[in-house]
Amino acid sequence: MKRVLFILPVIAFAGLAAFLGFGLTQDPKELPSQLIDRPLPEFVLPGITDAPGGGPGLASASFKGEPRLLNVWASWCAACPQEHPVLERIAAEGFPVYGIAWKDKPEDSRAFLARYGDPYSGMGSDFPGRTAIDLGVTGAPETFVVDKKGRVRFKQIGPISPEVWEGQIRPLMQKLRAEA
Amino acid sequence: MKRALLALALMLAAPAAAVLPDEMLPDAAQEARARAISKDLRCVVCQNQSIDDSDAPLARDLRVLVREQIARGSSDAEVRDYVVARYGNFVLLKPPMEGDTLLLWLGPFAILLLGGAGLIFWQRRKPVATPDATPLTEAERAELDRLAGPQD
Repeated sequence: MKRVLFILPVIAFAGLAAFLGFGLTQDPKELPSQLIDRPLPEFVLPGITDAPGGGPGLASASFKGEPRLLNVWASWCAACPQEHPVLERIAAEGFPVYGIAWKDKPEDSRAFLARYGDPYSGMGSDFPGRTAIDLGVTGAPETFVVDKKGRVRFKQIGPISPEVWEGQIRPLMQKLRAEA
Repeated sequence: MKRALLALALMLAAPAAAVLPDEMLPDAAQEARARAISKDLRCVVCQNQSIDDSDAPLARDLRVLVREQIARGSSDAEVRDYVVARYGNFVLLKPPMEGDTLLLWLGPFAILLLGGAGLIFWQRRKPVATPDATPLTEAERAELDRLAGPQD
């Protein structure tokens, strides 16, 4: 009996260490999205072309009918060039990728796409950053998976790596395509 | 003299806030409310600063947004709810008491209780010194002296 009691603090310490150790494996930068299973917040954004008013932009109302990816990016974002080939591959595989250029001057966004290629099916410019706040964006890049009914189903914080695409997002997109 | 002046200046210096004059509301009372709310909102980019302290562009956007809402007539609670709806309870530097924060709020008290209970438990088990212990006999005393060896 007494021996068991002496071991108790050791067990308690091991439990605490395991709990805190698990905490260390979590990335505190990754905030859970408030939008999961909720409709995409409403937005109507101008485009990034040099036409007056930015040309055709992007509106939340168009996120209906088929699952789409919504990628929040910027020309100033360090990880975006690294993510770009994956986005091009996603588009080449037939999954539509839409973009929001966040706090980015349209001419800078255009220069980025001219240099790295343009995988986007549609682009909106959020220079004031208000739509990004409605989306709960904490940094660039972030990518939302939006289903046929316009609801957010998944949020990727940071660049989409080939592993994340193959292991998580592509299977989800395929599942969402099959949904009624 | 220079040193004294420097010391004086340092003493008078207030900690810098990130709020820029062009962000401020013209109404001092509203600005004070905005400052109070901003001090409780976490900057989601630089997570251990409030948006009032942080000069990250996103923190600035949020400060401007807080002031816009106040100028529009929202209450303090409404402004906070607006931001929480987008970023979750994590943006509140003082998290509310809810299911997933119970451990945070009650954990220290639970540990204090457990420790206190343990302390009382061990105290009780300590053998109590018996005041009516029989004193040593002469023979025992002599034996003890022999064992302890010569005293010097």
